[in-house]
Amino acid sequence: MLSNRSFALRMVLWSLLRRRSRLLVALTGVTIGATVLLGLVTLCYDIPKQLSREFRSYGANMVFVKDQVGGRLTHGDLESVRETLPADRLVGLTPFRYEPVHNNMLPYTAVGTYFADVRLTSPFWRVTGEFPSEPGQILLGAEVAEATKLQAGQRISIEGRNTNQDRYSKDFTITGTVSTGGVEDAFIYLSLTDMEEMTREPGHIDLVEASLTSGGTPLGDLADLVRRNVPDIEPRLVTRVTRSEDTVLTKLTWLVYLVTVVVLTLTMICVTTTMMTVVMERRKEIGLKKALGAENKKVAREFLAEGLMLGVLGGLIGSLTGLLFARLVSYSVFGRGLNPEFHLVPLTVLVSALVTVVASLWPVKKAMEVEPALVLKGE
Amino acid sequence: MLNPEISPDRILVISDVSKIYGPIKALQNVSLSVGSGEWLAIMGPSGSGKTTLMNIIGCLDSPTSGRVLLDGLGLDSLSSAELTAIRRESIGLIFQQFHLVSYLTALENVMVAQYYHSLVDEKEALEALENVGLADRAKHLPRQLSGGEQQRVCIARALINHPKLLLADEPTGNLDETNEAMVMDILHSLHKRGSTIIVVTHALEVAAHAERTLVLEHGRVASDVRNQPYQK
Ligand SMILES: Nc1ncnc2c1ncn2[C@@H]1O[C@H](COP(=O)(O)OP(=O)(O)O)[C@@H](O)[C@H]1O
Ligand SMILES: [Mg+2]
Repeated sequence: MLSNRSFALRMVLWSLLRRRSRLLVALTGVTIGATVLLGLVTLCYDIPKQLSREFRSYGANMVFVKDQVGGRLTHGDLESVRETLPADRLVGLTPFRYEPVHNNMLPYTAVGTYFADVRLTSPFWRVTGEFPSEPGQILLGAEVAEATKLQAGQRISIEGRNTNQDRYSKDFTITGTVSTGGVEDAFIYLSLTDMEEMTREPGHIDLVEASLTSGGTPLGDLADLVRRNVPDIEPRLVTRVTRSEDTVLTKLTWLVYLVTVVVLTLTMICVTTTMMTVVMERRKEIGLKKALGAENKKVAREFLAEGLMLGVLGGLIGSLTGLLFARLVSYSVFGRGLNPEFHLVPLTVLVSALVTVVASLWPVKKAMEVEPALVLKGE
Repeated sequence: MLNPEISPDRILVISDVSKIYGPIKALQNVSLSVGSGEWLAIMGPSGSGKTTLMNIIGCLDSPTSGRVLLDGLGLDSLSSAELTAIRRESIGLIFQQFHLVSYLTALENVMVAQYYHSLVDEKEALEALENVGLADRAKHLPRQLSGGEQQRVCIARALINHPKLLLADEPTGNLDETNEAMVMDILHSLHKRGSTIIVVTHALEVAAHAERTLVLEHGRVASDVRNQPYQK
């Protein structure tokens, strides 16, 4: 048999479903609120990440060298650093090895590195032609290309001596030139593997560059962590980049928080007004129920349950549209989508339900003041 | 004035009741006593205080002065929650404008009264609709029902909790003759089974169904007479 509880639920459901146009008005208000809320919170989450990635185009913000002068790092050190740094914040980690070499009797510095990593840590490199992709290929700094009058497609001969003073020499195919307006223009770049074969001296690394996004553990603390985990290493922050990055991000995050609070307040006012209208429209119905002998608390419960359902439903729909909204903003501002933060959906539904119920309290209190004698009066 | 007739068969005793709204004296020194099982009609021109009197009897409003005894219980000095409880337990209300909950079916509208009173009982609610000839309309929404059908749903709702007193304020005011006759038939069968009924009307032919007619004018009792036994 039908219980009172399920009858009450049925009443509330019918009041929502059979008054669809009214439901739509209230629901739209709640949904817009939830949309903006989830949209903004997602952006709050995402903007620092996105911006931080943008900032990473300025290059590495942490470098590692051996802590004694003339000392060199090893591949083992490189892997230890990679394991120590948080993987989700590591944009790229690139080793560099510098060797003095000659071409046509003139001295140059050859740099061995991994080009796939260079692309990540130094996105600002302007390469004419291509990055080397196969063994035996080489990339010239713009100044070197100028001095040697060589260009992409031509071959270049490199010679030098290793630490045992053994001579080595090898021919490379030029794939392109790099220009940054900095020291890179004066270097000759080849893959670290090629360099190790050429010098017959594998294992050395002079410098490691890391590009890390901000958020979470401060970079300084990460540097300390590496210093503790990897023996004889000296991490250094590229402070010029990291400092401006942090201030901009902090200011931006606060701005978004502020906007979120304002929007939440406006939503609350909007929902209160909507619920107020709902109550005003239904004065007759409230009066009737009280005339039939309904206790105030029962009528109040019905309205609050209605508010709760509106809040949950609006929260669910608003979560979807909110994620969409955040995605759109992210696309149009940063030119790339964002990962939907699905774990924010239950939170949005909860906040939306809470805001709707709290916003209903005052209108419901007003509803309780409706005189039951009202229904006996003509229209 | 009259002494209140305190006697066990008096379900309602009103003595010297006045209701004042600012400058307007809606009721002035009204006294009235209704016996258990009696059928009373209240007549009078518009604005004479009929609805005000019904509100006071129905515990929807309190008099400015005077005493009301409902089934031996004095209504003055009761809190609004206590008045609500009396409405729930002892009074069935029928209105001129029907006042059904628009988003609930006929059956659910009857069950609303059960819900606020005690426990919902779908079978009993359906029987109540059957008694007013609406068994086949149980699943209809008010807007799918004619005025007469809506009023019959209201009657079923008013009766569902077995009230001691049935109050109807112009129950046939919005109905055509056929539906009026149907409603009056229902009131007759209720009367036969011993219900106490008070009907406000300004139609003489409706008042003629009752056993007794009270006429109000300017908030005062102008006359209170026993009717001829009703004949079709
Ligand atoms: N809530 C109220 N406030 C002020 N005046 C009222 C109120 N209710 C009724 N009145 C006045 O009291 C008088 C009697 O009204 P009412 O009982 O509704 O008359 P009837 O039902 O006989 O037409 C009228 O003059 C009406 O304007
Ligand atoms: Mg009236």
